[in-house]
Amino acid sequence: MKRLVILGAGTAGTMVAAKLRPRLAASDWKITMIDQEPTHYYQPGFLFIPFGIYTPDDVVKPKADFIPSGVEYIEAEIDLIEAGENQVKLADGTVVEYDYLVIATGTSIRPDETPGLEGPEYGKTIHDFYTLPGAKALAEAIRFWEGGKLVLNIVEMPIKCPVAPLEFIFLADAYFQDKGLRDKVELTYVTPLDGAFTKPIAAKHLGNLLEDKGVNLEPDFYLERVDSDEKKLVSYDEREVEYDMLITIPLNMGADVIGRSGLGNEGNFVPVDSKNFLSKQFDNVFAVGDAADLPTSKAGSVAHFAVEVFTENFLRHIEGLPMLEEFDGHANCFIESGHGKGLLIDFNYDTEPLPGKYPLPGIGPFTLLRETEMNHWGKMMFKWTYWNMLLRGKPLPLPHEMLMAGKIDEEV
Amino acid sequence: MPVTTIGGREVHIDDEGFLTEYDEWSEDLAKELAANIGIPELTEDHLRVIAFLRADYKEQGETATLRRVSAVGGIPTKTLFQLFPKKPARKMSYVSGLPKPAGCI
Repeated sequence: MKRLVILGAGTAGTMVAAKLRPRLAASDWKITMIDQEPTHYYQPGFLFIPFGIYTPDDVVKPKADFIPSGVEYIEAEIDLIEAGENQVKLADGTVVEYDYLVIATGTSIRPDETPGLEGPEYGKTIHDFYTLPGAKALAEAIRFWEGGKLVLNIVEMPIKCPVAPLEFIFLADAYFQDKGLRDKVELTYVTPLDGAFTKPIAAKHLGNLLEDKGVNLEPDFYLERVDSDEKKLVSYDEREVEYDMLITIPLNMGADVIGRSGLGNEGNFVPVDSKNFLSKQFDNVFAVGDAADLPTSKAGSVAHFAVEVFTENFLRHIEGLPMLEEFDGHANCFIESGHGKGLLIDFNYDTEPLPGKYPLPGIGPFTLLRETEMNHWGKMMFKWTYWNMLLRGKPLPLPHEMLMAGKIDEEV
Repeated sequence: MPVTTIGGREVHIDDEGFLTEYDEWSEDLAKELAANIGIPELTEDHLRVIAFLRADYKEQGETATLRRVSAVGGIPTKTLFQLFPKKPARKMSYVSGLPKPAGCI
């Protein structure tokens, strides 16, 4: 009997279990999932909570509901991965041995990594929307806010769902308009990158969006510390941005256990082959989803396409066959832009987001790199797809590799 | 991608002037690139950053962030701001012949 252990029962880990269980004979393979959190969060929904579009009920379900039958589930904190010994130590001292290990421990925000960010003002004048408590506190704060300087700051890349900060700003603009408060709210987008849109073709199509919506842009801003008494951001080159309400996207890091176990890079992400997710250190260890150090977005859609490639490769790898499928870094993301409209982008490691139609060339129904109502409905329908299709490992009618069909490969 | 001549050599660049071919870079070219963005001389410290960035890119497939240069390369972020004033992330990748740090859009 061989044993596959999956660390993390979030988006990626759950999809791996759902895809592999039917493909690995129950008489030959035991599959065990380990996670310390009882709740599965629909994380794309966190964005909507501050604006009252979703309630917490929309985004939480018990993790146990999504553990495929025939898979053992252990709810426990992981103390150490001893990859040299092919075993995982749990916090209560239990040792779980494996033949193959899939690390899907994700990424989380780390406000403690920036001086001044985490303190008594966190949850009062400083907020995040990358956790459920953060999004709930922000919903309360926004509801009773009378206006002032609202500043959104991305501390450092990479972050989970790199378009979410933009969506937040777009939704804030629409929200305060609807409340009749927009003229009392100054919106500022502060980023370490050289703009809100950094890819040439996206910049050409969308470059004016912030300006059109009256949002200030502060590019190339590298946050050194937050002065929460004076309510200002201070950069390494001593620039300052004042705020009344700070929306922070703190540094994102992989799980501490990855660092403790000597399996991570400086951000606790697991170095893997970007084509097949095999650890660069161990031939029986894979990392999928946000936990891996892939040079693409940290997002559920990447995890989804990646898991399809992973599944075929894993089944070959355990038979001693070469891994033939190569992941291309494919991702696609709906981007809410406010007032019932949205954008869609589709890209991979090598191809930047291009205009066109998706998924059916020339037909859509979704339109790439342009604001449409249909894109917004795609985003709203995705919640159902996530809970009912994606996590169950049911196939979506979308190929995992990015296709150029339907895209317009234009010059800048 | 457009071709341009820098320091007497033909190189491929993108529309913002960043080199697109890893192997077209050389230290002599880096001096020309640095001069283009107001860095008159490449010191040992500059070259140490550039060497780290190029080696790291080859390994990782993307340009290191300031945090990574500091944590893995051992060069503090404050120093990067002194060496490549105002926009270190953009400037150091430009001089190193690597893509600028970018988001997905």
